[in-house]
Amino acid sequence: MDNRPGDVVRVLAATGMLGSGFPEATIERGLELGADVISVDGGSTDSGPYYLGSASSKSTAQAVKRDLRHLLRASARANIPLIVGSCGTSGTDKGVDWVAGIVADVMREEGIDLKVARIYSEQDAAHLKDDVAAGRVRALAPAGELDSETLESCTHIVGVMGHEPIVEALQGGAQVVLAGRATDTAVAAAYPLMKGMPAGPTWHAAKIVECGGLCTTNPREGGVLATIDATGFSIEPLSPDAACTPISVAAHMLYETVNPFEMREPDGTLDVRDAVYTAVDDRVVRVEGSRFHVADQYTIKLEGARISGFETVSFSAVRDPIILGQIDAWAGFLRETIIGRVRQTLELEPSEYAFDIRLYGHNAVLDELEPESAPPREVGVMLLVNAGDQATATAVAKVANPLMLHLPAHDMDYLPSLAFPYSPAEIERGPAYEFVLNHAVDTTPTKLFRTKMGEASYV
Amino acid sequence: MSETLAEGRTLADLAIEVRSKNAGPFWVTMELFMRDSEGYAIVADESFINEQVVSGLYGVDARSIQIFRIPSLNVVKVSFPRPISQGSLRDRDIHAGQHHVPLARMRVLGE
Repeated sequence: MDNRPGDVVRVLAATGMLGSGFPEATIERGLELGADVISVDGGSTDSGPYYLGSASSKSTAQAVKRDLRHLLRASARANIPLIVGSCGTSGTDKGVDWVAGIVADVMREEGIDLKVARIYSEQDAAHLKDDVAAGRVRALAPAGELDSETLESCTHIVGVMGHEPIVEALQGGAQVVLAGRATDTAVAAAYPLMKGMPAGPTWHAAKIVECGGLCTTNPREGGVLATIDATGFSIEPLSPDAACTPISVAAHMLYETVNPFEMREPDGTLDVRDAVYTAVDDRVVRVEGSRFHVADQYTIKLEGARISGFETVSFSAVRDPIILGQIDAWAGFLRETIIGRVRQTLELEPSEYAFDIRLYGHNAVLDELEPESAPPREVGVMLLVNAGDQATATAVAKVANPLMLHLPAHDMDYLPSLAFPYSPAEIERGPAYEFVLNHAVDTTPTKLFRTKMGEASYV
Repeated sequence: MSETLAEGRTLADLAIEVRSKNAGPFWVTMELFMRDSEGYAIVADESFINEQVVSGLYGVDARSIQIFRIPSLNVVKVSFPRPISQGSLRDRDIHAGQHHVPLARMRVLGE
């Protein structure tokens, strides 16, 4: 691999999410500008606990393969590393193997032969229980103390790695690194840190590029290139139709962060309070003054999800203005009647199952926070049932079905018929999941992670 | 985005964008990107937007609310723990992407 003098490192971020697509020209432009490494995030918790809980990918294999084909070709052609983080959306071991399988397919099809490292980040509840017992697990706000039952209830637990396991894999000779769950920033920070770039500008640049083109004036167009050096970094878009401005770059520190000035990484905290954003020209922004404070204790954040029940959903709709004029009262009557009929028919008490009635077009999104009260023209009535098993959830929804078809308003002395949009009305959603861990373990940079080099044995 | 009602301008009217989003599974964060320093001065006024006001709009404990005022960007940012955990039965907004609306429709005082 090309080991140029470490005066600058250029990081090519093609897209915010592997599998979301990018124009081929993005990569060409990044290589022309002298990219030293390609980094791409393969996951997030943003779409909910299902992907971790079930260890399945949000993106399709076809979409991930398409993106990887272009990235692997570029990596091979320019002889630069390709780093993929949070493989398979949630970074489970299965997700890493899934991406590794796709990488192997693409390399075989393209006649490319690059050394691949897989870094696994799944955690064993039994080991974590020892950490809890030894006082090595901290609760992060707003979570409470962690107990053994919660750990045991998780279907999957991952540790969110920093840059160190990725650096170790690169130093071990890997050109393609497929990481399990990693911080969004570690994926882009690993190579510049390995090349001796300063931590403040590197972590800040990594945060700015983690969503690809989102830090530009045209977020839907292609990715960005960050050039990191001893005193700061500069950032430019890879699409000719996009620009980076001091505002577009600075504003990205706000995105999906609680605190816009500080961001915690496993080994310390990025501090951008004194960062200065300057326009180099009308497309490129220079950033200086970012700092990184190394923490006294190295910590790895945990993510875990468990099954919260099994769900069945049903959907009907109301257009009759008589019902719409008293829609809240009607929904209350629906709720009461469902509870009564379920007790009568299934002999279940409300504590044995749960359901949510959402009035789309009225207040479904904000619920009791909804400030408007104008009468709606039509309302979609969604019933979401959660129970300990699928059959019970569906049974409750089926008991509700005639009510969602015929329930009158209080003052109607006839039975209306409401509008089901399809039949049968019930859709089984399977297991539903919830995130239950929001904790960090006092540990070392690499202890919780396992790296395997070379072809996966299952291929 | 424009939600101008009978009288007075809303914060949405004075903003380039008002947005909300998850900040991890357990927090929500929202930003008011104001058009200019005049609009910023209105929303950055601590007697207008403060922890108690946000608590009233979103039904969350005032002590858990963090507010950041960033004059260089004309931005006020508000973060608080998600009252309903992401993906749970009662969660109607998985990405918390529509929860800016109560903040965005606040009416400017004295107009």
